[in-house]
Amino acid sequence: MAAPDAPAAARPHVPPPGPKVRAPRRKGSSAALLLIAPSIVFMTLLFGWPMVSGVLQAFGGPEGLTTANFTRMSQDPYFWSSVGNTLLLIVVMIPIQFVLALAMALLIRAKPRGASAYFYIWAIPLAVSDLAAGLVWLTVFTDRGYLNSLLASLGMQPVSWLAYDNYPSMFGAVLIAEVWRATSLVFVIVVAGLQSIPKDYEEAAGVFGASFWNRLWHVTLPLLRPSLQTALILRTILAFQTFAVALALTGQNFPLVVGETYRWYTGLQDPNVASALALVVMAVSMVTAVGYLKLLRDQTEAAR
Amino acid sequence: MSHATTSRTDAGTTRPEPGVDRRPLARRRRNRVLLQVACILITLFMALPIYLIALAAMSSRQSLQKFPLSFIPDNFSTETMQTFLQSTGILGGLINSVQVGVFTLVLSLLIGVPAGYAVARFAFRGREPYQLFLLFTRALPIVVLSVPLAQLFLQTGLYDSVLAVVLLHSALALPTTILITASVFLGVPRDVEEAARIFGCSPVQAFLKVVLPMAIPGIAAASIFTFVMSWNEVLGASILTLNQRTLPAQVLSSLAESPLAYRFAGGFLLVVPALVFIFFMRRYLTNMWGSTIR
Repeated sequence: MAAPDAPAAARPHVPPPGPKVRAPRRKGSSAALLLIAPSIVFMTLLFGWPMVSGVLQAFGGPEGLTTANFTRMSQDPYFWSSVGNTLLLIVVMIPIQFVLALAMALLIRAKPRGASAYFYIWAIPLAVSDLAAGLVWLTVFTDRGYLNSLLASLGMQPVSWLAYDNYPSMFGAVLIAEVWRATSLVFVIVVAGLQSIPKDYEEAAGVFGASFWNRLWHVTLPLLRPSLQTALILRTILAFQTFAVALALTGQNFPLVVGETYRWYTGLQDPNVASALALVVMAVSMVTAVGYLKLLRDQTEAAR
Repeated sequence: MSHATTSRTDAGTTRPEPGVDRRPLARRRRNRVLLQVACILITLFMALPIYLIALAAMSSRQSLQKFPLSFIPDNFSTETMQTFLQSTGILGGLINSVQVGVFTLVLSLLIGVPAGYAVARFAFRGREPYQLFLLFTRALPIVVLSVPLAQLFLQTGLYDSVLAVVLLHSALALPTTILITASVFLGVPRDVEEAARIFGCSPVQAFLKVVLPMAIPGIAAASIFTFVMSWNEVLGASILTLNQRTLPAQVLSSLAESPLAYRFAGGFLLVVPALVFIFFMRRYLTNMWGSTIR
């Protein structure tokens, strides 16, 4: 009886309570490195290595380094229209998505009856790919699709929504499909952001007689800034990568930059020009992200 | 303008207590109605397209030829789905997609869970740069990785294999897996782990027997997220494969020359998992996006 008791009593004494909390931390440094080492190796191999070889590929040619790939890229008739389409889509889509997502998040916060069902349905597109979203909306916009069926049964003339010579409606179809698919991401981020804001602030503002719009503009939105900021950066970077939705809806009629990369690689079998395009996409994404961070930080400082 | 209407109703109903102002109550009731109307409109926008593609995929080829199309499921048929599933490359693509998803999930958990645990529990030197590095890799466009990786895989003989896509998808999923699991482990109190240590568990035992079981729900959500990402990813999978296509890559590569019925069926098959995944993840969505991003 006494023999097994002795080590049991001794054990808690060896690491006394005070240093015990700190001990695993100091030892932790090597343990932590051991735990993160596989991820660092893996990411270096699959991010670092391809990035370097991607840059080399973009500037590579039969005779050493060259910018010929970029020249070929920019001389392609589809290139500039794909740049224009991508930018136009982003500029029009992002504000719509943010207003809609904010409205949806505020509706959910008002706790309507069936709020959890609404949340589920509104979040579904989060798990839908842009290819699938394009095919979903193809059922609506195709010539003999559901929108024209609706028009016909109302006695109106069907419209070729996705026709090559009908740019506004083609753009509108891609825009609606992307708003449908990607607003959910902003919505979920904003809902999460709203949950972390105590209701007291708004109630206080309400007690002092602030209207709904005043409370939204002066209380809720400033407090939501971190969430909106992440959503904005994430959404813009992801928007540059959209392509399959346009391919599914319009074929080659509405080219987007990443879709051009896909076409250069699989259709025209030119990995060098494809790499050059990929570099352009990356550069634009990075510049946008840094630009946003700078802009938003400046505004925060100006407000203080 | 609503004043006029509310005060008129007030005049009729406030006879017992003339002093009570019922306008706030009426306004409240009107707001509740408006709230429901707005919610229903948005729900229609979100759900109607899914209903329509389900309807199209469940119609016979013949009824898809009709114009105008019917908006109610009056001639249900599995013909379109059956034809689609029997097309070349679809069944193989489906199997490849599931394989890629599962292997990606396993690989990214094997590498990501220990790293997430380290980020949550240890204040090691270089933790901040490491987290920044993870955020940076999350922002990298897939297209930047895919094209060079295809060349590298061609040289190493990995090109056009399930493993090639698994490696790409794991690299894409890993930063998110690490950040999510880190936030999950932060939610497991340190005290429990220390209690296990005091009762004689080794660090590994304490992790496996005490911490991991408590973290399982959050890790499961992270794995579903990884699977969804892999299931949906189409560009990298198309560039890295030729014959071993995943389902979306197969659908994308045959878009131009396929009939509409094929595309509707393909779209429906791609959307169905989303309904299931979001249903199981809906409780975790705000946690995941709220805590991990910042």
